[in-house]
Amino acid sequence: MPRTFTPKVVTANALLEGDVVYLTEDDRWSRDLSEAELLTDEAHAEVRLLDASRRHAEIVGAYLADMAGGPAGPEPTHFREDFRRTGPSNYFHGKQTEDLSRS
Amino acid sequence: MYRYNDFDHAFLAERNAQFRQQVERRIDGSLTEDEFRPLRLMNGLYLQLHAYMLRVAIPYGSLRADQMRQLALIADRWDKGYGHFTTRQNIQYNWPKLPEVPDILDALGEVQLHAIQTSGNTIRNVTADHFAGAAADEIADPRPVAELIRQWSTDHPEFQFLPRKFKIAVTGSPNDRAVVKSHDIGLRMIQNDVGEAGYEVLVGGGLGRTPMIGKVIRDFLPPADLLPYLEAIVSVYNQLGRRDNKYKARLKITVHENGLDTIREKVEARFDEVKRAFSGIDQQMLAEIRDHFAPPAFRQAETKVFDQAYEANPVFRSWADTNLAPHKAEGYAIVTVSMKKQGATPGDATSAQMRVLADLAENYGHDDLRISHEQNVILPHVHKSDLPAIYAALREVDLATANVGLISDIIACPGMDYCALATARAIPVAQEIAQRFDELKLEHDIGPLKLKISGCINACGHHHVGHIGILGLDRAGVENYQITLGGDGTETAEIGTRTGPGFAYDEITNAIERIVRTYLDLREGTDETFLMAYRRVGAEPFKTALYETEKAKSHAA
Repeated sequence: MPRTFTPKVVTANALLEGDVVYLTEDDRWSRDLSEAELLTDEAHAEVRLLDASRRHAEIVGAYLADMAGGPAGPEPTHFREDFRRTGPSNYFHGKQTEDLSRS
Repeated sequence: MYRYNDFDHAFLAERNAQFRQQVERRIDGSLTEDEFRPLRLMNGLYLQLHAYMLRVAIPYGSLRADQMRQLALIADRWDKGYGHFTTRQNIQYNWPKLPEVPDILDALGEVQLHAIQTSGNTIRNVTADHFAGAAADEIADPRPVAELIRQWSTDHPEFQFLPRKFKIAVTGSPNDRAVVKSHDIGLRMIQNDVGEAGYEVLVGGGLGRTPMIGKVIRDFLPPADLLPYLEAIVSVYNQLGRRDNKYKARLKITVHENGLDTIREKVEARFDEVKRAFSGIDQQMLAEIRDHFAPPAFRQAETKVFDQAYEANPVFRSWADTNLAPHKAEGYAIVTVSMKKQGATPGDATSAQMRVLADLAENYGHDDLRISHEQNVILPHVHKSDLPAIYAALREVDLATANVGLISDIIACPGMDYCALATARAIPVAQEIAQRFDELKLEHDIGPLKLKISGCINACGHHHVGHIGILGLDRAGVENYQITLGGDGTETAEIGTRTGPGFAYDEITNAIERIVRTYLDLREGTDETFLMAYRRVGAEPFKTALYETEKAKSHAA
């Protein structure tokens, strides 16, 4: 039986800073997961990844990451993506500081 | 300590200029990532989970004060004010930005440091005993020969595309502090029956997914044959090593699959050919290198100040008992500065701490600093009368933790907090275990115990050779921690044995406490260390404590 497709987002690292970024519906790279486009159709997801991967002057290593839909946008279903969205747990560095400056 | 000559300077300047242009071409879009990736890796630049990471080689773990200060400056100017010392005696910066990396490399070049061959399928930074040139038990100083190997292996045209990475370690002491048996090549400087100096050569050691203890390929190699013999080994590996499967590409697998005898025959045959090409220039160079490593002028002085402080101050005494090692010169000691304050990240140093370490090396330590594979910093030559002042200065910057060799002196890899390869976190596990035993006030009672944590099967945290090893894995989308017991990274090296099923993130500290309490209950006295007790009783009592008590049953996964 074919595997059922689980929702995903396109994610990568920004070329210059290395920051984790997510592809939005309007083709921006956002540092905020809640802005990411949640892809629920496999064929559409593959096309989005293909197009995103060609933007090699902006990002590195695009891939599809599993997410679940939530009231505030996509939510990680695996701890690795949760860490990527947040930053390291030993220092208040990385994305978690950006969250603070936004709020 | 070795200082660059004109050739070294010119080589490095050229490489840095090349990389600067490569970065420019990547940023302007003329290089794709596929094209750029091997170029950045050749210069130690990784892309990790949250950011780029720059791995800087610290040759055989040796640093001068000006170099340490420059590492601090780089941390402040281009990173987040700290650096991470690794189990390969390197330093890693976790937050560099791509456009700024060429400037960082130039800054490193100013103090004769670089990041070349800290990645890729090349001969990596050669490591050595961090007490080299100082230890009371040393037969010969391994640094000159480590420097010779560094020069020989750097940009070696034949060995830039090996089947896989290649690691060499050297010790000049019978007590192995350099884990030489877990390297592709391990060198032990020895003396034969008639007192002649030479090397015992081991091959095929390694940790990772297939841990193996190195095997003796030559039990006595005359000193002059070293480089041709190394060249023969790497050359045989280059030809024979598997390129079809990344996981079977290390020398340990080549030795395992072909058998030690076959490898030895091939190496000896190749050695015969290679040796003729060495005109003796290598020995000439080694003689010149040796001059750089002349022992410092040790002074004759009283140690009364030390003795008085030792008597009067119990906190100083505890630190001295734990963090000092015997020095070959009378009145001197080797200081291990713990970078493992309980609750802190193992191996991390702030720029302020680095500057204090540099000052101490300059003022009291003959301008010499070492990074140990156990992620601590060593002041190898300190007169005992200076120890109270050094201790006071270390306290000021939170570096006076008295725990070297104890359970909170944990090796931990960066794990999933930074590393793209990791399958689980390692740092917070180390933090929690260290804090737990600190709160219990048990660690000095427990005595010598090496706990090592890796966040994936690649084993950068050396968990296989920890008396207690922890391996973090991803089990069905949840962090899970396996325990190994009885590992040993010294001259009596052994790979630890798995206890059984792993433990959840919030249960691993309790599991470790059950192991340690079991040891405290069954040891035959405080002289029997954890490892000795384990070797006497085996794994069973610990397995019972882990899995068969009522409390354990409800937690084991």
